[in-house]
Formats: sequence, C-alpha cells, structure tokens
Amino acid sequence: MNALAARRRHPAAIAILLMLGLLVTGFAYAAVAPQPAKAETSSAEDVAAGKQLFQANCASCHGVNAEGRATGNGDKIAGPALAGVGAAAVDFQMGTGRMPMRAPAVQAPRGETQFTQEEIDKVGAYIASLAPGPAVPSEEDVDPTKGDPAKGGELFRVNCAMCHNFAGSGGALTRGKYAPSLEGVSGKHIYEAMETGPQSMPVFNDGNIAPEDKRDIIAFLKTIEDAPQQGGHALGSLGPVTEGWFAWFFGLGILVAAAVWLGQKSA
Amino acid sequence: MSTESIPAGRPADRLRDGDTPVTHAPSAAARKVGGVAGWIDDRTNGARGINYLLRKVFPHHWSFMLGEIAMYSLIICLLSGALLTIWFVPSAGHTVYDGSYVPLRGTQMSEAYASTLDISFDVKGGLLIRQIHHWAALMFLVGLTVHMFRVFFTGAFRKPRELNWVIGTVLALLAAIEGFAGYSLPDDLLSGTGIRAMEGFVQTAPVIGSYLAYAIFGGPFPGEAIIPRLYAAHVLLIPAILVGLFIAHIVLVAVHKHTQYPGPGRTNDNVVGHRVMPVYAATAGGFFFIVFGVITLISALFTINPIWAYGPYDPSPVTAGSQPDWYMGAYDGALRLLPGWLEFQIGGNTLSLNIALGALVLLPLVYIVLGSYPFVEKWVTGDDREHHLLDRPRNNPTRTGIGMAGIVAYSVFMFAAGNDIMAIKLGMSINDITWVFRIGLFVLPPLAFWVTKRICLSLQRRDRDLALHARESGRIIRGADGSFHERHDDLTDYERWILVQHEPVAPLQLEPEYDENGVARPAARKDRLRAKLSHFYFKDAVNPVTPAELAAAHHDGQQAEAIEAPFDYEGIEGDSDHTPGNGGVGADTNAGRGGIGSASRLRE
Repeated sequence: MNALAARRRHPAAIAILLMLGLLVTGFAYAAVAPQPAKAETSSAEDVAAGKQLFQANCASCHGVNAEGRATGNGDKIAGPALAGVGAAAVDFQMGTGRMPMRAPAVQAPRGETQFTQEEIDKVGAYIASLAPGPAVPSEEDVDPTKGDPAKGGELFRVNCAMCHNFAGSGGALTRGKYAPSLEGVSGKHIYEAMETGPQSMPVFNDGNIAPEDKRDIIAFLKTIEDAPQQGGHALGSLGPVTEGWFAWFFGLGILVAAAVWLGQKSA
Repeated sequence: MSTESIPAGRPADRLRDGDTPVTHAPSAAARKVGGVAGWIDDRTNGARGINYLLRKVFPHHWSFMLGEIAMYSLIICLLSGALLTIWFVPSAGHTVYDGSYVPLRGTQMSEAYASTLDISFDVKGGLLIRQIHHWAALMFLVGLTVHMFRVFFTGAFRKPRELNWVIGTVLALLAAIEGFAGYSLPDDLLSGTGIRAMEGFVQTAPVIGSYLAYAIFGGPFPGEAIIPRLYAAHVLLIPAILVGLFIAHIVLVAVHKHTQYPGPGRTNDNVVGHRVMPVYAATAGGFFFIVFGVITLISALFTINPIWAYGPYDPSPVTAGSQPDWYMGAYDGALRLLPGWLEFQIGGNTLSLNIALGALVLLPLVYIVLGSYPFVEKWVTGDDREHHLLDRPRNNPTRTGIGMAGIVAYSVFMFAAGNDIMAIKLGMSINDITWVFRIGLFVLPPLAFWVTKRICLSLQRRDRDLALHARESGRIIRGADGSFHERHDDLTDYERWILVQHEPVAPLQLEPEYDENGVARPAARKDRLRAKLSHFYFKDAVNPVTPAELAAAHHDGQQAEAIEAPFDYEGIEGDSDHTPGNGGVGADTNAGRGGIGSASRLRE
C-alpha cells in the first residue's frame, strides 16, 4: 500500500480532490475556451470620406442618411436619428469604442476603439454637416491643470456622484443599465459626455454646467485618479459593502486560522 | 445585630491549608516578592480572588476563541477610540478647510469633518489609528456574530446560561448601534446620508414619528445638535453600558464555568482543560496580540471609510453605493426588498409600512427572536436540567436547521443591501437581482432548514453506523470455507464515546384531553401545541447506539458487514418516519428509549 492510498480516508482528502478537480477543469477550460474574435475594420481602411465611413459602418442601424431606423418590433429602434447630435457625440461614442455597437444590449459598453482619430473626425464632420450640434472641445477646454479640483469635487458630488459614485467607480441603474466607471476616461470624453448625454446620462449643457465648471470636474477626476492611495488598497472604492466583505472573508479567515493554530499548540 | 469575626493570621494562610510545607528556604528575590504580595494581601484580601482566577480551568477549542476575537476587538476599539477623541471635534460648526488634502482645500465643511480630515492627513499616524478603530469595529461585530453562531449551534445557551445569552443579545444590539453612531460622526457625505436615512426611519413611526425625529435632531434635519448628541452616545453612554454588560457576560462565564465539547472523561460535573496560569493565560494573551496584529496589518494595507473621498456632507447630493456598514446592512436590504405599495394614506396621514417594516420592525425583531430562542426551546423540550456539555450540532438537527434558516434569512436581507454593487460588478439587472432576493427570502430559509436537517440526520446515521460496524478496512479475508468477507477496523473506546455519548430523544406524548373521570384538563390546548412542536423537533430523531445494540452488532460479527434486521418501531410512539439504517439489531433495540420522550433519559 503506497503512501497516497494510505491517506485516502484522510478527512482532507475530499477537499483536496475537489480543489484538484476545480483547478484541472479551470485550466483545461482556459486552454481550450474560444477566444473573443478581434474583428479588424479592414473595410474602413481605404474609405476616406466620413459619409462613406458612415454608410459602411453605421448605416445598418442609423439609416443610410443618419435618419434613424426602426426594428419593426413595436416602437423599438435600431438606432436613433443623428442630425444635430454634433461632432462631440460622434467623437465620444466612437472614441470610447461604444460605437459601432457590437450587439444589441440595454447599453453600449465601453470597448476598444475601432477607428483612428482621423476616421472618427471625418465621420464627425459628416454628422455635423447634417445639422448644427456640439463640437469637439478644444484642448484648453479639457486641460485638468487649468481647473480647480476642489470646486470640481463639489460639482461632481452634486451632479454626478449619485450615479457614478463618490470616486467615479460607477454605479447601477435600472434594468441592467449602469453608470460606468470614470477611471482612465480622457478629459475630452468626459467633457463630451456631459455635453451630449450619451445613453442613460442626462445632458449637462453649458447653461447647466459652464465650460469652466466642466473643466473643474475633469480636474477633480484627474486629481483623485493620480492621488496616492492614502489609506492603502482602496478595495475598489465601492463603499462599505466591500469593506464588510473583506472583514468577513479575510479578517475572520485569518483570525480563525490563528485560533485553530493556537488550539493545536495547547492540545 | 451580627458580628463578623476576623480570622487569625494572614487571609492568604487559609488558602494554604493542606499544602505540603515548603522544605527549602525561599530565595531572596522570592522573599521580596512575597513581602510585597503579603503587604497588598493584608490590605485587600486579594489572594482569594486571584487564587480563584488563576486556578480557573478553561477547556480549549478553537471555536471558544471566536468570542475572544470580539472581546479583543472591543478592547482595541476602546484604546484607539480614546486616542481619536484627542483630535476629533464633535461640532457641526462651519469652517473652511485648509489642510493638506488638495481636492478639498477651500471647501466649506463642518468642524467634525475638518477634524477627521486632519486626523487622516495632518496628525502623524492618525489615519492608521482611524483605520484600526474602524476595522476593529467591523471585526468586533463579525467576532460577536460568529461567537453567537457557536453558542447557538452547540446549545451552550441552555440552562443555566439563558441569562448570559440574553446579555449577549443585548450586547450585539448595542454594538450595532454603537457602530452606527461611530460611523455617523465624521459628517462626511456617506455618514450624513446614513443619518438622513435614520431620520426617515424614525419618521415612519406611526403618530409619534415626526415628533420623535424633531426630538432627536433638536429641530429639523440636519441641525447642529445631532453630532454632539451622537458623540455623547458613542464615546460615553453606549460604551459604558457595553463595557458593563460585557463584564457581566464574562463574570457569568466564570460563575457558570465554561462549557466543553463532549469527550472521554468530560461530564456535566467537571471541566477538562488548562488552568488560567500558565497555559490559558498564555494562549489567550497571545491571541490578543495576534488579533491586534492582524487588525493593525489590515488597517495599514487596506482603506476603510475613505471620508476624504466622500466629501463633506451636504443634504442635496447622494453617492451611488451608499450603504451602511455590514451589521446595519440587513435593514437597508429590507428597505430595498419591500414593495412601494405598502405606503398608505389614512385620513391625510401617511403610514409608511414600506419603510417601517424594514427598519422599525425588523431591527428589534431580529434581537427579540434571538433573545427568546432559549426559552422557546426549553418550553418545547421541557428540559429543565443544567447543561455543561455541548451538543454536537448534528445531534440536534432541528435546532441546527433553525439556526441555518435564520442565518440564511438574515443574509438575504444583508446581501440585498448590496444589490447595486452586484448589478454593476456582475453585469446584471438590479431589478432582477431584487426579485431573486424577494423570492429567496421566502424560499431559501425553509430550503436551508431542510437541507441542514437532512445533512445532520445523515451524519448521525453515519455516526451510528460507524459505532456499530466501525470502519471498513478494505482488506478482504477469505474464510476456511471459501467465503469472503471484509475486515472492519475496530474503534477505540475514546473514538466510540464521541459517537454514542449524546442523549436519546423522542417527541413528547400528548396527555389525554380528559382525565380518567372524564374531566377536561384546562391545559390541553397548550399541551397540544407543545406536543406538536416537540414532534417537529424530534419526530425523526436518530438516537445514539445503545450498549445492547452494540453488543448485538458485535455478536453478529464485527468483522463481517452486519446485516441489519428490520427495525422494531413499537417502542417509539409517534415515530412514523421509517428510516432504514437507523435500526438496531435484535429485540432490545429500544431499551432506554422510553415512549414518554425527552423526560426519560436513561444512560446505559
């Protein structure tokens, strides 16, 4: 009888077998799982004009002339009409990889940008030519060094934190919609989002939040993003839920392990 | 009038009665220590008490240290809290921040918030102390909760410890309130939202609600009074009660003696373990430093309650992810689960049951149910004896099942408070998650009860099987006549004792509603309920192997796989659940298991 067989009735044997099984399954799955397809937009490469780009990439949902399209299923639309949304909306949606949308969903998720900035600018120029709309902000408009982070923090807490969370970590909305995390979003895209109100977000136009105030908000977000983690690892900046979870799993786990260890010492 | 006589000699001399006299002369150092100790004892008579304490025996098991986690966390909270009071300013007075945290410089805020920012950024080590205080508070509540689980599942709350269970329940409630008062003090955006929620809960009290809220806040929300008031409650009033009750809790443990797990040599009349001096003092003292060290390490590495990120409180904004600390989460979760149509208009007045049920009703209800459980169980079982030996959780499947159902119900409420975090992290719809919890609240606790009970019964049957037939060794032996059988390794008496030591139980039997003269007994209705509940508790009890069964199994041949005879049910009335595998062998299976239930507890 070898050493392994002798321990097959050990109380930990089942736990170890289960762990082994899970590990093997996990690694096997990771090895053979289908990789997400990375579609190259080869068709876009040789298209110069924004309209051509639009018709090739956007028209299937937004209509050949950006007039919007219905799905034919009740009042659901495939894509809204785009006259008047302006170049800022195009720059935000395409620049953050939300458009072209990969699949119908309650909300377009942020993703890899599918187009170069030049191509996006061309589509933006085409959309802006349909009807006047908000333009892409200048670099000075979104320069965080020119803003006041403290004032931006106040504006952020009053206007943004209820959806995006106090640290811009994101939050849930109804029926699977959500306010995304703002971490790593460029100042330009933050500005454009406020100006155009993408997806579930309301529009904060210049009458609502002045351009300088928008820059203050960008300054605040960049300040807290670059700030050191004063208290140690921030646990996702999600509030007391993760703290409680941490106390139960790690705090209690470590202390119980210590208690078991001490118990064995004295026995 | 009575006179007290003063015994001759030193008080400590009485303790030495019967000691073997010291033959060698004590060393100079020992004489010096003895001299000081004797001087103190002459004036305080302290040797008696210290002798009692140092020689007290505590049984050892890791699960007995869960309460110590709570105790030590409380001590850490008291120490770190005392430090924080030096710098914290409990005032709602307005100020403009000019400390070293840039994103808030020049912002209007309260002095309470500004001083908490100063503790975090401008007092050396202040942030660490703050985080130790908060993490220790979370660990206090966690430790207290798992300690309560241990006491519940092992039946340690039974006579004579019911009172201590009630004290523990009150401690748990006070700890939660203390925690709420504490995290509400810094006056940051999150804590202000919590106070606003609390004001809303108070307002839902029918008739008196708005008056009560005005009284608590000294006027309309938020006012300037709430922070000093919470401060007084948090650093003075509640800690005083908390520490007082905690001392009573510990004194009662010493008076009752600590319970112990069953085992060879452990009875209801002894305590097997180590004396306080030196072993128990060393493990318990060492564990204090482990707890302090682990909490400090966590506090040094992981942020808790980043008040600087929340910003100062202002009644208009609310941040996404506004939750209370975990021990208040269940009530927040209840509010998220309660449907809105529970708000009624009655004659121009609003009755907000959609809020009142989750806050004003659920919170006290949790602690009332907890505190009253020992008395309910005592009434159902009719068991009025003292218990110093713990139950193994499996040996009381119904209690264990009830406990698990309770934990699951509480957890559903608690997890529901995180429905938005789950929605965003799991990419699901918050509405669907809420509905899953709503349905789960009604489905999961009974399911947990049933599953737990079945697991316990299976474990008990396995114990019976092991006691009767021992372990299969895997060695096949060929007999002289060509037959094959598998040898079973025998259990030692110590191993078997654990499996058979518990008491057999059976449901209470109903006394006839009319006595022999045809006169109705007035207590019949109450007894019917009691018998029904007793049936619920014990109807499918798997009782321990009796010596007669063991002898029969051995007679059958320990070496061979014993073939069980059909079970003879006549002896146990009211047991309709035929459980194969539960049976004994032979005719005197039911010896020692009377039909009159738990009142008959013969141990053979």
